[in-house]
Amino acid sequence: MTMDTPKNKVNWHLFHYAAPSTFYPLAGKAIPWLMTLAVVLAAIGLWIGMAVAPSDAQQGDGYRIIYLHVPSSWMAMFIYIVMAFWSVIHLVWKTRLSALMAQALAPTGAWMALMSLVTGALWGKPMWGTWWVWDARLTSMLLLFFLYLGFIALTRSIDDPDRSDQAGSLLAIVGVFNVPVIYFSVYWWNTLHQGASVSSKGSSMAGVMLAAMLLMSLAAWMYSIAMTLRRVRVLILQREASTRWVQELNIL
Amino acid sequence: MGVLSFFASVLERDVLLAWRQRGDVLLGLMFFMLVATLFPLAVGPEPNGLLRIGPGVLWVAALLANLLALPRLFHGDWIDGSLEQLLLAPYPPSMMVAAKFAAHWLVTSLPLALAAPLLAIQYGLPLAQCLMLVASLLVGTPIITALGGIGAALTLGLRQGEVLLALLVLPLLAPVLIFGSGAVGAVAAGQSGMAELSLLAAMACTSVFFAPWLAAKALRLAIE
Repeated sequence: MTMDTPKNKVNWHLFHYAAPSTFYPLAGKAIPWLMTLAVVLAAIGLWIGMAVAPSDAQQGDGYRIIYLHVPSSWMAMFIYIVMAFWSVIHLVWKTRLSALMAQALAPTGAWMALMSLVTGALWGKPMWGTWWVWDARLTSMLLLFFLYLGFIALTRSIDDPDRSDQAGSLLAIVGVFNVPVIYFSVYWWNTLHQGASVSSKGSSMAGVMLAAMLLMSLAAWMYSIAMTLRRVRVLILQREASTRWVQELNIL
Repeated sequence: MGVLSFFASVLERDVLLAWRQRGDVLLGLMFFMLVATLFPLAVGPEPNGLLRIGPGVLWVAALLANLLALPRLFHGDWIDGSLEQLLLAPYPPSMMVAAKFAAHWLVTSLPLALAAPLLAIQYGLPLAQCLMLVASLLVGTPIITALGGIGAALTLGLRQGEVLLALLVLPLLAPVLIFGSGAVGAVAAGQSGMAELSLLAAMACTSVFFAPWLAAKALRLAIE
């Protein structure tokens, strides 16, 4: 697939790929590689996690859901920070692409938070005997999920692209400063009301388990980046539909 | 005119406008009392149960009553165009927004905080808890005005703006609810509750400092 981008620009600078027209083909080239990496890493990680790693002394085989649960929780928290990062970039340099990146990240972040909640509930049923406890981590993940939904709802309900971009960026920045406050307040609330929260892991983990978890986390990273790039390509096409370089792609 | 007298004149104007439409304030108070009345109907009138849920229920009711009033913060001025004039004034827009926040807090949150002891008595809360409820509402509601004000500015003029505002702001206000009702709960448990109150005060200072600036940025977007 060849893209008609200005090839005569030799001296690259920092913002070369900040233009949607140059970023679009770059993302297109990166996606297959990232997706392949994600699949390969997940396959190895799952094989080690499901077949090689031993059963847990106390939790039996039920613990194995952490290979999905922990990476998705990490991604859910990390993606919000990345969203806020792109939002700051957008507000400072007014680069359109960074706002689109933030908007493309949000659904993946929400999906990861939901995955974390669902896998947590599935793990909690056999371990704690109940689908849901008002544990500090579960509750703050639920609030994080709502923060993602609020961001998506706000950016979707504003028709004017410029206002939508900037309003979303402002909200993400307000949110990222509030996330630690929410986390610590929920943690404090939980220890006040319920005594010590139920600890989900022992202090030490076997090396094999850790290796599997790290592989799964890397796979989650690759998947998240690939999905975000795919979404950002769609957003770019939507925004730039009337420009010449998009019409020259002959895909609409 | 100096910046401070600009602040004072916007504040005076908003308070005067609210005074001319006193019914709006009463509406919020009525909502607060109604929500607080619904809970005993739903969970039963046993005094011990009411005493236990009282601080939480009253804080949730106050939070919702404050939330209900937030869309009014900029809407009237936006409709009649005076918001645009105020933004064009040769003063920092964040000052104008801060004055509007202050006026909104005075006419909406202050009456709610002062009416709260009445409801606390209905729930059978002892005097110490009543006082802490008023104190925590006085310290905590500026955070609701500040963070909610950013939300109100972001959602100004949108379809379903009110619902969207609630969705945006409620997760952010979870800490306020935790520390506010926690302060009253701590008094009930025989502690002083000052730790919760101090944390609320710290959050109030931070949000009141930064929010007018962010809300002014969001208003610019809504006006353009």
